[in-house]
Amino acid sequence: MAGTGVVTVYGNGAITETSKKSTFSVKVGLAQMLRGGVIMDVVNAEQARIAEEAGACAVMALERVPADIRAQGGVARMSDPQLIKEIKQTVTIPVMAKARIGHFVEAQILEAIGIDYVDESEVLTPADDENHINKHNFRIPFVCGCRNLGEALRRIREGAAMIRTKGEAGTGNIIEAVRHVRSVMGDIRVLRNMDDDEVFTFAKEIQAPYDLVMQTKQLGRLPVVHFAAGGVATPADAALMMQLGCDGVFVGSGVFKSGDPARRARAIVQAVTHYSDPEVLADVSCGLGEAMVGINLNDAKVERALPLYIGKDFRFYTWGGPITVLETCFGEVDGGVAAAAVNQVLKPLK
Amino acid sequence: MAVGVLALQGSFNEHIAALRRLGVKGVQIRKPEQLHSVTSLIIPGGESTTMAKLAEYHNLFPALREFVKLGKPVWGTCAGLIFLADKASGQKTGGQELIGGLDCTVHRNFFGSQLQSFEAELSVPEIAAKEGGPPTFRGVFIRAPAILDVGSDVEVLADICIQSDKTSDLDSALESQKESTTSEKKVIVAVKQGNLLATAFHPELTADTRWHSFFLKMASEVGDEASRSASTSQEDLSFYKQPRNDLPIFQ
Repeated sequence: MAGTGVVTVYGNGAITETSKKSTFSVKVGLAQMLRGGVIMDVVNAEQARIAEEAGACAVMALERVPADIRAQGGVARMSDPQLIKEIKQTVTIPVMAKARIGHFVEAQILEAIGIDYVDESEVLTPADDENHINKHNFRIPFVCGCRNLGEALRRIREGAAMIRTKGEAGTGNIIEAVRHVRSVMGDIRVLRNMDDDEVFTFAKEIQAPYDLVMQTKQLGRLPVVHFAAGGVATPADAALMMQLGCDGVFVGSGVFKSGDPARRARAIVQAVTHYSDPEVLADVSCGLGEAMVGINLNDAKVERALPLYIGKDFRFYTWGGPITVLETCFGEVDGGVAAAAVNQVLKPLK
Repeated sequence: MAVGVLALQGSFNEHIAALRRLGVKGVQIRKPEQLHSVTSLIIPGGESTTMAKLAEYHNLFPALREFVKLGKPVWGTCAGLIFLADKASGQKTGGQELIGGLDCTVHRNFFGSQLQSFEAELSVPEIAAKEGGPPTFRGVFIRAPAILDVGSDVEVLADICIQSDKTSDLDSALESQKESTTSEKKVIVAVKQGNLLATAFHPELTADTRWHSFFLKMASEVGDEASRSASTSQEDLSFYKQPRNDLPIFQ
């Protein structure tokens, strides 16, 4: 192996690939092919065609876009495999689908359908509040969300071949995505300037495996492809994420919740390619029709989404305010319990 | 003289990184007018439909066809191969625009979806003869296309055996390649026609830069500057002294 390999993130590391056929470099390889592209959430074959025609580099097959999951509440699960199959047959670009965090059987089902990428997503209701899927056991590559460098590297250690920021899915509000990208990039910049002796403690502080931290330091970037996600609604948002250093962009509700999806999709695709060219950005941003309504997290009516941590990495997006809103909380484990917990936390803040 | 890399989408950063390791500057090409500043062009891997759409939005196709017609060296990897081919099957509904120029028929996603993506040691006698190094090259095939048939003046640089029923088990296909090739179907994965080079796999994803230096030599043969060829041959010597990087090839 030595000398021939390249994209092997693990090198001669302790974890060996259990699957023979799909090496880590092949998994990362597809993500590398998606760089500089836009991955769009679609709920049916027709939308998938629109996305493909607009120039999306992949589509994410879903039953409901995050904005609807937010509005309707309830437990969000993996989409119907039938729907995913239909979308897969309709388009020639890669098709991704979401599995619940920790729900490895959903991932097995998705692998059996033969899709191209699994998103172990916090947008769906988590199935396991402590453990993620052991992604080394799969031949299919995974993308996972992160809020900071430590979380990103933990996911990579679990076998994720691609990382995206979590952001605030379904809001059309970019603030959380910016926060997460800045956090990851900022930590990498700190790490780069760090003395090698200090990396041990740094790795401990961010709760990430030392070897991956060291590798990140050497590369000066995450060792896998890093996309932005959660709240991208306009071409400017997409270009912002690219200029902050992301490799590409996921657009969830932003396209198909807007006035003119085909046009907006095309504009976002162009914005990601020409992200550093304000003239092109100005050009493509003109006359796109209505953007998705969006939710302002600081709006008086909607209290700031309250981060609730269970285990290490899970963030349950829950809204304050009237109890009816509370019950539509996003990513709840159990509606009643989560609502009660939020009320508890909210009280001192009010 | 800089080498242009079409930077619409895909693995253009990886190509530029590979060129940098050979001491050559890669220039990102996003607009038609930028093509005038380069003498050769690499079309990277990526989603060919996406790249075709983006090229169409910015009216790049006429300039690219002109570039190919002028006989300037162009290398396409994966999606780039599809771009250069005269004919492509397995396209999306409605088809996609191609640059053309390479006399062959390409099938998109020939091997299947991501689950059928694989790595294989390819026998590359042509490259080994010109660039030295081992007789095989580690090809990374990501939802790769394959060349179904080629015209008479197209030189085949590498091919791969697959079982005739096109099963996903490429590993066993490779093993049987060693045993016998009689019952196996061969598909072409690397070709050269004049100044056009095309590979179905991704040399930009591996540390082995022999394909890149092979292309640079093609380019310098076309270019008349003697200084350029001198510098590339110098780089070739230094290349093998450099430690092989076992890290992902990112920018």
